[in-house]
Amino acid sequence: MNDVLDVAIRLIIVFAAFLVLPLVVGQAEHKVMAHMQGRLGPMYAGGFHGWAQLVADGVKFAQKEDIVPADADRKVFQLAPAVALLPYLLVVLVIPIGPQEGAVGQVIDAGVFFVLAVMGIGVLGSLMAGWASANKFSLLGGLRTAAQLLAYELPMLLAAASVAMAAGTVSLPGILDSFEWWWLPWQLIGALVFFVAGLAELQRPPFDMPVADSEIIFGAYTEYTGLRFALFLLAEYAGIVVLCGLTTVLFLGGWHGPFGEDGLGWVWTLLKTAILAFVVIWLRVTYPRLREDQLQKLAWTTLIPLALAQIALTGIVKVAIQ
Amino acid sequence: MPPIPGSGLAKGLAVTLRTMTKRTVTAQYPDVQPELPPRTRGVIALFEENCTVCMLCARECPDWCIYIDSHKETVPAAAPGGRERSRNVLDRFAIDFSLCMYCGICIEVCPFDALFWSPEFEYAETDIHELTHERDKLREWMWTVPEPPALDPGAEEPKEVAAARKTAEKLASQRAQETRQAEEAEQARQAERTERTEQTEQADRAQQAGPGTTGTVRPDSADTDRPSTDSPSTDHSGPDSPKEGKE
Repeated sequence: MNDVLDVAIRLIIVFAAFLVLPLVVGQAEHKVMAHMQGRLGPMYAGGFHGWAQLVADGVKFAQKEDIVPADADRKVFQLAPAVALLPYLLVVLVIPIGPQEGAVGQVIDAGVFFVLAVMGIGVLGSLMAGWASANKFSLLGGLRTAAQLLAYELPMLLAAASVAMAAGTVSLPGILDSFEWWWLPWQLIGALVFFVAGLAELQRPPFDMPVADSEIIFGAYTEYTGLRFALFLLAEYAGIVVLCGLTTVLFLGGWHGPFGEDGLGWVWTLLKTAILAFVVIWLRVTYPRLREDQLQKLAWTTLIPLALAQIALTGIVKVAIQ
Repeated sequence: MPPIPGSGLAKGLAVTLRTMTKRTVTAQYPDVQPELPPRTRGVIALFEENCTVCMLCARECPDWCIYIDSHKETVPAAAPGGRERSRNVLDRFAIDFSLCMYCGICIEVCPFDALFWSPEFEYAETDIHELTHERDKLREWMWTVPEPPALDPGAEEPKEVAAARKTAEKLASQRAQETRQAEEAEQARQAERTERTEQTEQADRAQQAGPGTTGTVRPDSADTDRPSTDSPSTDHSGPDSPKEGKE
């Protein structure tokens, strides 16, 4: 009975974090973008600093008509947003935020494998949406999404593999247990590759070419309206949380910080995640969108060689230590 | 030295970060009205008392967006035996602001100062027909026309003011001459009188009359000066006079 209660509490906490953190990132994106671009629009709703902007967005999405195109593959079309969103919930379940047993939803021995495999599923949502919309723009967007994900899955996996190699384990808490501060410079290249590839995986600017609203009209999401579209957006923000959390755990030492090791480890994890989320938004504001060919070129000619070099470096250092 | 590869990317990040810490300088328009200069081209106002239906504005308008209808009325002769006169009476004056391109040529060409720029710009409508402003609406804009800006300190005097001042000076000098002549005549009369009256009486008279006559000349000429210079200038500054006329 006690076990059931424990599981229930953990699920509720993970679910709450899954619902709250993406909204926090969304709100932060509104405000940071507004400040960086010198705009006042998102500072208006609700009064002080536009605190109600996100609420207003939610109301707007909720009151839109929910449309399914006549020729669409109804079931697949309606299921796609859920398929895009749910994998991130599963990933949040296994990300450790503190050193204690209670600070993880569920400890999985093959954590890195699980996380990367499940994140790959989120992509399926975009593909389903693109195919089921019965719209050539959506289909093109879906195909571009597929091409982009194929390209960036590889450097992401290689970079993660380098960390697993360094720690000698694929368990996420295990990697953090063996973390030393000098891993930061050692795994720096891998961290950059992982972060950039993760951005591309999420189709965040500057890698949002498949959803380019000016070129192929929001890609795979052309036909989506109202709450289903909001779910896709939520999936994007949940993806940011997950990516930043994973980067924190794999490369930045998670709960390890200069002080407060035992009781306040989760603060370090959340702080690092928040800083990375800010960087995601910062990159979005700063850089223009990459073209299709530039996007592919970056993955195949820059990121993959860098990731391979990181693995080689990790191997050499590892052998040298022993 | 060639730039370090990727330094441009870092520079971009620095720019956005710096912008984030700066205050956003944006006109908060619907909350705060913009401060428009007096020569802003917002909407065209009609001061129809000045309009003589000469049609110059409608004919010069490149867009043909000014519509004027009028009829002729005969005015009976002013004096017995005089001729009857005819004059144009304005029936309709409308400007279609959906066509107007705000070139301001109509205002430039109006020889009688009947058209003015008003800085009001918030007259959007949901129906395009509503953008044709008839004369009553154009008259309402007239109350929003700001005063013309003051002349530069070293500027040439406006023609009508100069002309008025000249006539006033002429009148004043005429008046002064007349009083001087009257004074001389008075003195001559007094001289005649002194021959008849005694020495003491003569001295008293001269003291009383001296300041009295010279004192009346100055204020008199000043009074004639003021209305004659002022009235043309109020006629000229069209925006002011209708306000006074309404009140």
